Amino acid sequence: MLEYGDGDGDGDGDGDEDKRWSLDLAGTPQLISNSESTLIDRPPPFSDQVLENVLENVLCFLTSCSDRNAASLVCKSWFNAEAQSRLELFIGNCYAISPARAIFRFPRIRSLMLKGKPRFADFNLVPLGWGASFSPWVAAMASAYPWLQRICLKRMTVTDADLALVACSFPSFRDLCLICCDGFTTAGLAAIAENCRCLHSLDLIENDVEDDEDEVVDWISRFPPGKTCLESLVFDCVRFSVNFEALEALVARSPSLWRLRVNEHVSVGFLCRLMAWAPQLTDLGTGSFSSFEEDGFRDLAPEYLRAIYPVCANLISLNFSYAQITAEQLKPVIASCHNLQILWILDSVRDEGLQMVAATCKKLRELRVFPLDATEDSEGSVSDIGLTAISEGCQKLQSILYFCQSMTNEAVVAMSKNCQDLVVFRLCIMGRHRPDHLTGEPMDEGFGAIVKNCKKLTRLAVSGLLTDKAFAYIGNYGKSVRTLSVAFAGNSDLGLRYVLEGCPKLQKLEIRDSPFGDAGLLSGIHHYYNMRFLWMSSCKISLKGCKEVARRLPLMGLEVITDSLEDDNNGVVEKLYMYRSLVGPRNDAPPFVKLL
Amino acid sequence: MIIDTENLRATELRLGLPGADEEAPAPAAPAPDRPARGCKRLMTETGSEESGSKIEISEDDRAPEARVASKAQVVGWPPIRANRKNVFQGRKAEAEAAGGGGGIYVKVSMDGAPYLRKIDLKLYKSYEQLREALEDMFKCFTSGDFSSVTVGGGGSNYAVAYEDKDGDWMLVGDVPWRMFMSSCKRLRIMRGSEAKGLSPNS
Repeated sequence: MLEYGDGDGDGDGDGDEDKRWSLDLAGTPQLISNSESTLIDRPPPFSDQVLENVLENVLCFLTSCSDRNAASLVCKSWFNAEAQSRLELFIGNCYAISPARAIFRFPRIRSLMLKGKPRFADFNLVPLGWGASFSPWVAAMASAYPWLQRICLKRMTVTDADLALVACSFPSFRDLCLICCDGFTTAGLAAIAENCRCLHSLDLIENDVEDDEDEVVDWISRFPPGKTCLESLVFDCVRFSVNFEALEALVARSPSLWRLRVNEHVSVGFLCRLMAWAPQLTDLGTGSFSSFEEDGFRDLAPEYLRAIYPVCANLISLNFSYAQITAEQLKPVIASCHNLQILWILDSVRDEGLQMVAATCKKLRELRVFPLDATEDSEGSVSDIGLTAISEGCQKLQSILYFCQSMTNEAVVAMSKNCQDLVVFRLCIMGRHRPDHLTGEPMDEGFGAIVKNCKKLTRLAVSGLLTDKAFAYIGNYGKSVRTLSVAFAGNSDLGLRYVLEGCPKLQKLEIRDSPFGDAGLLSGIHHYYNMRFLWMSSCKISLKGCKEVARRLPLMGLEVITDSLEDDNNGVVEKLYMYRSLVGPRNDAPPFVKLL
Repeated sequence: MIIDTENLRATELRLGLPGADEEAPAPAAPAPDRPARGCKRLMTETGSEESGSKIEISEDDRAPEARVASKAQVVGWPPIRANRKNVFQGRKAEAEAAGGGGGIYVKVSMDGAPYLRKIDLKLYKSYEQLREALEDMFKCFTSGDFSSVTVGGGGSNYAVAYEDKDGDWMLVGDVPWRMFMSSCKRLRIMRGSEAKGLSPNS
């Protein structure tokens, strides 16, 4: 079962980095283990061969990417052994390496995770057609990895033809997971359903499935007859109604199915019918009730809420983030959820609802509070009161995503002191530049306290009125921070400098609408090769500054993205996406992307 | 109501230079307020300008909470994926549609006023609310009050009558509100003296 786990704890489902960089004697950055050519030049002597065989057998017990990367750096033998025995390949940026090179180094991959577009593409900041096409990858892998079993793609463009190729090229293929992807339709899903004879999981999460209404294919009916191996079927993002009878029949002949998340067209009543066919389901989404790991409730009517009371005590995971319920409606449910560890909820429950959560869910590890009305001026439904309550009641909290209209430093400081296990802290104050609503001060102190007190913090997203001081705090104390998201914050280049100079573990930095210019950009030159990417949009950087970085860091890919094809806004760079790459500038850049 | 922010922004009236980007880099001060959208009055003149000709004005009769936010929305902010946003906007639209297929609009005329108005009876839950709304709407033409709407008697300046399904003109206020809502075809605000003819006591 492919779990979209969170290997490095930064909350985005990643494993660890897969490259190590250093400067060679000439001061030129090199990938340390850049010795693929010796694999075929000089066959190792007999004893080395034995050593490598032994090593491979030992190394197969190493599963984490970072452990494997470390092992590959020991010496050439270890490098070869590791490369031959690696089964899972994680590529955090599809443009950092080419399919050919990846395949050459790792010939035996069974499982691939590939990420494409920068995260801000989710919020319409990256024009359509930017890239991250899966086609060259699947074309190369079709012949190179006949034993491929698992593919997980995030923010890639995947066409129906790609899916058809997957379906036909890998006889052992079992797990397909697409997250925030686009480019495919129900026809592609039909190809997968029909041709992957031992499909264990088909997980479609927050993709843009692009059919026209009249071209929708009945893909559910295309699963072959007879017993299936299906364990997980997630399709809540597929907007079109499915053939209910076919779905019911599919569930009925899938004895291993434990996760089923359907879309909003499957009525709650029908979901009950599905449950009757699959009593072994432990993870059910969209609709009602039941079982040990509950997820994905939408459109809950109060009477169905009542139906889940008996199983609340066993619930570990609950997704109410599409259910517009009030605190009153939440109350009887949450009061019994003593074992809840993961909760996604809408702010319609208000501070009062969060207080109930805090009162009961002592084991809560992850909380996400989404806004019902995602605009800057909406009436705030949750506030510092809710945050404080959570911090006092749920002291084991590791990950929080909290949308609100305004906040206080006091509440954030309280959370930093109460929740020492925090790994991910993402606070989104939807009103831009909004200060502490009690004191009128910037939110510097709150975020400062978070980086200071939460020693395990690796992922941080900041918001509200923030001065350079906040960034000074982050640079000073955020020694474990790997992912930082900044929007509408800071006063000057100093802010960016503090972060780039102070955070040695920083790998992913995304900034929008902040007054950072070339001086700030250049202050990170010593560090950029250690990062996966930098995104800066609507800041104050210029083409000149970007070219300077390109000149000094030849292995960085710098992309200047414009929204129109007009030339140069006087040398101001609207959007910069920068990432290290072993393979030079990409050859599939659209006209609105300028590669430096 | 589904708010198509992309296109709305293009048509929006603003007090800035053309081309001024909503994604302006962040100064320390809050972003400038923009004039309220969505409260447009469309005036269409029909017919000639002779006295007595009716000019229809329709006003955006949406409830206040449906009005678009006064600040321009910035691209990609707040950082919520579009599919999540769309779920709730879709539901809002559904709820409004389900709330009765768009409202019960009736014309309201007032004796002596140069043009008619149109109101959505669904916005009101009682005669009292209707009375207040009518007063508000027509106060520029009169200094009187419409107390006859609820009391249905003489002694006031104006009376409100309605034409029912049978084509008869009745004084407003006699039947339960819901029954009135379903049978009212149009409204007329008449001078108290004329209303005596309608009074049940006359």
